[in-house]
Amino acid sequence: MGKTSDAALITRVGVQRLIEVLTARGYQVIGPTVRNGAIGYDAIAGIGDFPVGWTDEQDGGHYRLRRRDDAAFFGYAVGPHSWKRYLHPPRLRLWRAQRSGDEMRIIDEDDEPPRYAFIGVRACELNAIAIQDKVFLGGPYVDPHYRSRREAIFTVAVNCAVAGGTCFCASMGTGPKVEAGFDLALTEIVHDGEHRFLVEPGTDFGAQVLAELPYRPAPPADIDTARAIVERTAQSMGREMPATDVPALLRRNLEHSRWDDVAERCLTCGNCTMVCPTCFCTSVEDETDLSGTMATRTRRWDSCFTMDFSYIHGGSVRSSTRARYRQWMTHKLSTWVEQFGTSGCVGCGRCISWCPVGIDITEEVRVLHEDECDGDDS
Amino acid sequence: MRLSMPSDPMRPAPTRVLTRRREVADTWTLELEPGGTAERPFAPGQFNMLYVFGVGEIPISLSGDPASPHRQVHTVRAVGPVSRALAALGPDAAVGVRGPFGQGWPVEAAAGADVVLIAGGLGLAPLRPALYYILSRRARYGRVVLLYGARSPGDILFRRELERWRRRTDLEVRVTVDHAGSDWLGRVGVATNLVPLASFDPGDTVAFVCGPEVMMRFAVAALREAGVDTAAIYLSMERNMKCAIGHCGHCQFGPTFVCKDGPVLSFERIRGLLSRKEI
Amino acid sequence: MKGIEQIVQEHPFFQGLDEAFCDLVCTCARNVRFDSGEYLFQEGGVADTLYLIRHGHVALEIAVPGRPAVRFQTLGDDELVGISWLVPPYRWAYDARAIELTRAIAMDAGCLRGKCESDHDLGYEVIKRLMPILIGRLQATRMQILDVYGAPE
Repeated sequence: MGKTSDAALITRVGVQRLIEVLTARGYQVIGPTVRNGAIGYDAIAGIGDFPVGWTDEQDGGHYRLRRRDDAAFFGYAVGPHSWKRYLHPPRLRLWRAQRSGDEMRIIDEDDEPPRYAFIGVRACELNAIAIQDKVFLGGPYVDPHYRSRREAIFTVAVNCAVAGGTCFCASMGTGPKVEAGFDLALTEIVHDGEHRFLVEPGTDFGAQVLAELPYRPAPPADIDTARAIVERTAQSMGREMPATDVPALLRRNLEHSRWDDVAERCLTCGNCTMVCPTCFCTSVEDETDLSGTMATRTRRWDSCFTMDFSYIHGGSVRSSTRARYRQWMTHKLSTWVEQFGTSGCVGCGRCISWCPVGIDITEEVRVLHEDECDGDDS
Repeated sequence: MRLSMPSDPMRPAPTRVLTRRREVADTWTLELEPGGTAERPFAPGQFNMLYVFGVGEIPISLSGDPASPHRQVHTVRAVGPVSRALAALGPDAAVGVRGPFGQGWPVEAAAGADVVLIAGGLGLAPLRPALYYILSRRARYGRVVLLYGARSPGDILFRRELERWRRRTDLEVRVTVDHAGSDWLGRVGVATNLVPLASFDPGDTVAFVCGPEVMMRFAVAALREAGVDTAAIYLSMERNMKCAIGHCGHCQFGPTFVCKDGPVLSFERIRGLLSRKEI
Repeated sequence: MKGIEQIVQEHPFFQGLDEAFCDLVCTCARNVRFDSGEYLFQEGGVADTLYLIRHGHVALEIAVPGRPAVRFQTLGDDELVGISWLVPPYRWAYDARAIELTRAIAMDAGCLRGKCESDHDLGYEVIKRLMPILIGRLQATRMQILDVYGAPE
């Protein structure tokens, strides 16, 4: 994060100017906006597109927009979208193949994605992007589509001023304060005096952009206020991941009866995997045009909750709901650590809010954990 | 060994079928040109992703000689839509190739020791490159044993080659089938029954096992009973694969990505998961 | 030429058997040979012999109407042929046929059962040696039933 002395203060006008500066620099600016009764991330032209004065009420299987009594831009937690839909698109044509006789030619796609500027990236989401970086850029093979999008982004992070009812980043060590991975970080101050934003540059480029905005040095009192806001958010998390070695806990409990219990509730709809900002699984589709001379290969998001996901000749490896839920949760919280050196969960709570039956990943872990603790007592 | 790849690892190189030979009723061996390059070097146990125009793409292990990387040999069993389409391709037909991918058999690390190769069914195909490799450096290994179990005499792969290997004095080859007619004079019984018959020093043996997962579990049990250290046992695993580069998530087997950490995995690495259901 | 005692003692099935026990079982043993194609026994016959192969190759087969006999197991050097002699009604459940020249020790099953019955310590020794073979064959049968190499549905 930027040094305290770098901190600046901007107003709503400054935020509007930020959008304009980034647009002028050739970025497609993506930010929070109300869509279909939820706050999603989409192209924005100005501060009028922000979910001004809206917040979100979240619980297991529950998400509702509610009016705030102020005009905050970032007065909500997170919606169903995450930035992965821009960095790792839900559908992407990989290439086409043309056939004539015995000849086959591969036609590369002109994959020239826009340069995105993301405004309103939460601490949990910065961590999610860092996790997907490990998946797509950190191994022996690099995904060129992800890389071309990822390398071009300008990131405006926002420290959370409210914690959602399903948030648990504080217990995952992934928020609510943004620590790294941004060009600029904002903290919105809306409750006393003028509506203003503390801005901290995270990169030299961020500082250059900041210099183009109407700003003034941040007074120490506002720096303290911003710190207090984030601290209060950390204290008001709606959920909490049990403080234990979760990867080991899950490794020990692969045959626990709780998996049968959750299988009774889980609909295997895959919502959790779609809304999760780190879930990266994909499948490919092959199509041929009517003439039979042109074939297309498309990559699309896939979910470990589908039967086809683990199909090998003869059947699916994970045919039961129990096994598929277990795969998702143990991957997210346990085997991910072995694969990528980090948990796959950032505590954003989306999988809890958007589960149609309200399955709560923190509660599932708590049951396994408390079951072991009870065993120790007896 | 890793081949230098074009910048997009998901883009296949167009190539063509050189030869096609029927091995058994539903299994064919295709020889392909390397595709876009004079050679496509591979390590024994690695696989390529083969694309049939408009139908799809599947992982197929390399079954040829790693010393001949200008020919990509694949033995394909026609059981699904893509493998059926692949097995039906005649000479000159177009096919897309990506690869080679994955970790192969530890043939170098096995030098100096006795090597026992246990194959079941089509599992002989991914082991054949390891045997070629070892036989071309025969003096560097101790005793070398190939134990092969097939369903019936008509299902035996690479029959003529097995006969040639059987005549070698520096290689012990034992073949068995699960059932046979009375015209079959070879052994009948499961592949794991061959383990106690083979001569090797269990204290200094590396074992490579490839076949259906159940057969591999039994083979591990037989090897352990014979006194082979579990740290010296390697298996080639099969899971759904879409990308072969660890990005699509389909092939996960506990913490391992079978495509990039495997397909050849040490038994030690997966022992806790191997007999667990639906992992 | 080796005596029957030495041959019995050298067979892996009786390896390490107490000498007194060995003397007992040897009285039930004789040397036999089968030419290629010759039956050791046939399904339904009285199971009165236990064969310990010294050298050779024996096929176990079950006749299937309308089809050639199915060969489900072959046994070779040092292996044991025939288990039906152990339990009533002492009838063979399949055919056993030498598919190459086979030399074996034939144990009179009635004699062996009698010795085991009158000396349970010997009986226990024999059963302990039989059980691993039985369990091994049971496991192999299980794997064959799974038809692991078969084409998927």
